[in-house]
Amino acid sequence: MELFWYIVLMTMLAIYVVLDGYDFGAGIIHLFFAKTEKDKKAITNAIGPFWDANEVWLIAVGGVLFFAFPTLYASSFSGFYLPLMLILWLLIFRAIGLELRGQIKNAMWEAIWDKAFGIASLLLALFFGVALGNIVRGVNLGNVVNGVSTHEAHYFFLPLWNSTFSPQAEQLGVIDWFTLLLGVIGVVALTIHGANWIIFKTNSDLNKKLKKVVFNLNIVMVALVITSLLVWHVIEPKPFHNFMQYPWLWILPVIALTGLIGLFKVKSFKKDGHGFVFSTLFLLGGLASTVASIFPKVLPSTNAINPDLTIYNVAADDYGLTVGVYWFAIAAVLVVIYMIIQYRVFNGKMDDVGYGDH
Amino acid sequence: MEDMIFYDRMQFAFTITFHYLFPQLTMGLSLLIVYFKWKFLRTKIDKYNDAAIFWMKIFALNFAMGVVTGIPMEFQFGTNWAKFSELTGGIIGQTLAMEGMFSFFLESSFLGLFLFGEKLLGHKLHFVTGFLVFLGSWASGYLILATHSWMQYPVGYEILENGKFVLNNFGALFSNPWLLPSYLHNQAGSMVTSSFVMAGVGAFYLLSNKHNEFGKLFVKTGVIFGLISSLLVAFPTGDLLAKNVAEHQPVAFAAMEGIFETEDGGAEIVLIGQPNMLEKKLDNKIAVPNILSFLTYQDWNMQIKGLNEFDEDVHPTNVPGLYYAYHIMVGLGTIFIGLMLLAAFQLFRKKLYKTTWILWALMLMIPFPYIANTTGWYTAELGRQPWLVYNLLRTADGASPTVSSGNTLFTLLGFIGLYLLLGMLFLMLAGKIINKGPQLNQH
Ligand code: HDD
Ligand code: HEM
Ligand code: HEM
Repeated sequence: MELFWYIVLMTMLAIYVVLDGYDFGAGIIHLFFAKTEKDKKAITNAIGPFWDANEVWLIAVGGVLFFAFPTLYASSFSGFYLPLMLILWLLIFRAIGLELRGQIKNAMWEAIWDKAFGIASLLLALFFGVALGNIVRGVNLGNVVNGVSTHEAHYFFLPLWNSTFSPQAEQLGVIDWFTLLLGVIGVVALTIHGANWIIFKTNSDLNKKLKKVVFNLNIVMVALVITSLLVWHVIEPKPFHNFMQYPWLWILPVIALTGLIGLFKVKSFKKDGHGFVFSTLFLLGGLASTVASIFPKVLPSTNAINPDLTIYNVAADDYGLTVGVYWFAIAAVLVVIYMIIQYRVFNGKMDDVGYGDH
Repeated sequence: MEDMIFYDRMQFAFTITFHYLFPQLTMGLSLLIVYFKWKFLRTKIDKYNDAAIFWMKIFALNFAMGVVTGIPMEFQFGTNWAKFSELTGGIIGQTLAMEGMFSFFLESSFLGLFLFGEKLLGHKLHFVTGFLVFLGSWASGYLILATHSWMQYPVGYEILENGKFVLNNFGALFSNPWLLPSYLHNQAGSMVTSSFVMAGVGAFYLLSNKHNEFGKLFVKTGVIFGLISSLLVAFPTGDLLAKNVAEHQPVAFAAMEGIFETEDGGAEIVLIGQPNMLEKKLDNKIAVPNILSFLTYQDWNMQIKGLNEFDEDVHPTNVPGLYYAYHIMVGLGTIFIGLMLLAAFQLFRKKLYKTTWILWALMLMIPFPYIANTTGWYTAELGRQPWLVYNLLRTADGASPTVSSGNTLFTLLGFIGLYLLLGMLFLMLAGKIINKGPQLNQH
């Protein structure tokens, strides 16, 4: 049962990253590359009718985490209190930036909400990367000080950073050079992803420029991925342990690699959707490889006293998990139907949806 | 330790109060919009479609506010109430996760279609998407109240040795005797809000002599729905809830009604009086004898227990707050019924659109259903104190053990600032939409 819900949760998380990821990426593109009103319209039309439903995946991930792994939900949400609150505030700014911009026709009003939307998207991409970094690195479970737990073994609290920015200090912070590196990877990866979505969904003048952007960023991406693999060893002595034990897992990094290589051909794709497919492969493969490398841990402990949190010691009771399967199956089918309807009605190019013309 | 919990509570209370300002309009208004759209399909009179489109604009703005303030709610169980989440997550996690999977997906997927798909879909399908948004929002209310009812009246659970609550009967979560009355009462309350908003906006148009055609339509629709829902709020739903509280949370009931000492014979109903916590009595009380016993038990002489019969440490932590919250809700409910009866009477005599003072009253009444709904929730939540899960888990034992008060105060201040900004933006933009008014033949 634990394994089933773990797979469900990770699948939902992956869907969230792919879907809301293109919204964040579109926001970053909006911030840096949209110069004219027409560019901006193209970008918001491409995500306008979707972003809300995409964000529901985050709420659903939170809900399923709460229900299936309550101890993990309690421990990580209270331990990562500060970054989560910042994420909430950023989500609010991003959403109102999108929704309020079109309400008043005034250049200053529009400029403010454009920036709110763009900057919030950028910081969110950064924070989600940082979050992944924290999970890989682990936390000081039980807030151990001088070899003694100051809290129950599965609780902790992290300040935003510590004075050294080092991922190996005893008292860790949310942001250190390792998690920041993953944050930057998050920003670059989602920018590429968002650009691909805009190319796919619009006939904007921007498209040509964006293809160049994707190509250039992809070079940066390769450099970042190599760096991160090298420093991984500093954090985790045996990062490939799971991959050695279960060789079939190598398929995951191979998927990520396919995405990465495919993206170099972005300028010659015949169909505008191809770029999006490859950046999706990269995100999925990258995320899956990362979580597979620490499985069955879900939150490693950085001290020797308190055990790692694994899917087995944070799950809810069996009866609850079992009845959950029934309603979840029904709900999942419905959600898939909604998505099909939604993407069929808004299929193809969306240049004249008129999002924001209230 | 004490002030640590204090900021957690303030933050939860502040953010949920602010959140609930929006869903109460969403849930009621979605029904009214679907009603207009249905009228249009039946009569093919453009006015109805234009009305639906006008209210959709307000709806979209309101919905966006509901979404952005709702997401923090979902997170705060884990961030601020970690111990509570850990212990009860196996149970309330069920209903909360179901809410995300069943209702939020439904609402948000079809909202996009409803707002931007009219041209693509045609009127019939457009009506269907509107209906699905309505369904999603009402399902959301149902599942959140299932969660809430479990905290008021826990069912279908077992407590393990390590203190964890585990579910042993899924069906019980939904057949909880607390749930149905709460849900119906709450939905009636949200219909009150949306009907009053609609009638108030209509009255505004009539009084300022613009969009008169729509002004009449909105006043008429608002008054008819407003009368029905105001009546439903009091009877049977409010009445049933009060009986539930009297039976299962007698100490909360005593505090709500302001009964400090058990009296011999039937209990009086208090109309006016301030709880005096120093002397444990009501100051300058005005009360009508025996009514409360009759309302609660249909027996004029039934005894009702006062606070003195219960241990101090299970008394609601804020007795005056609870007492006022309850009295404000019930008082406003009575005023709503009175006003709507008058308005409906004039409507029936075809004089309403000319009766200026009633139109003024309708317009000025707009904020009050919000107050009634908020005080209703305060009644429920303050009455539940000092428990998080009634009689089983104390609020003080549910907070996050590692989050210090400096950090909760920091985020509480952040939320206050951010939400003030949101509130001002909302009022400004809603005012702008209303002032501009409905446009003819927009489709
Ligand atoms: C327009 C709003 C409105 C109005 C006019 C009323 N209520 Fe109410 N009331 C609510 C809106 C509301 C609410 C916000 O919907 C609550 C909060 C929790 C709930 O389920 O409904 C509530 C809760 C609530 C509770 C607490 C239940 C608990 O402890 O869980 C009681 C006893 C009543 N109501 C009874 C009444 C009575 C006897 C009314 C007589 C007129 C009344 N309400 C008017
Ligand atoms: C169904 C959804 C709800 C759930 C699950 C819920 C749960 C909670 C929890 C966990 C707390 C914190 C502990 C406490 O101080 O009591 C709380 C407090 C509170 N909630 Fe709710 N709540 C819900 C709906 C609401 C709504 C809609 C409102 C108001 C509009 C509200 C008003 C409050 C208030 C005022 C407090 C603070 C009580 C106090 O400080 O004593 N709640 N609720
Ligand atoms: C602590 C309790 C609550 C939590 C955790 C919560 C959570 C949320 C979340 C995450 C959203 C955004 C959904 C989206 O993206 O579409 C939302 C919106 C909504 N909530 Fe709440 N909520 C709470 C209390 C309530 C209550 C008490 C009600 C009504 C009875 C309610 C009814 C709604 C509705 C109808 C929406 C749709 C959006 C809107 O109405 O503006 N919620 N809520």
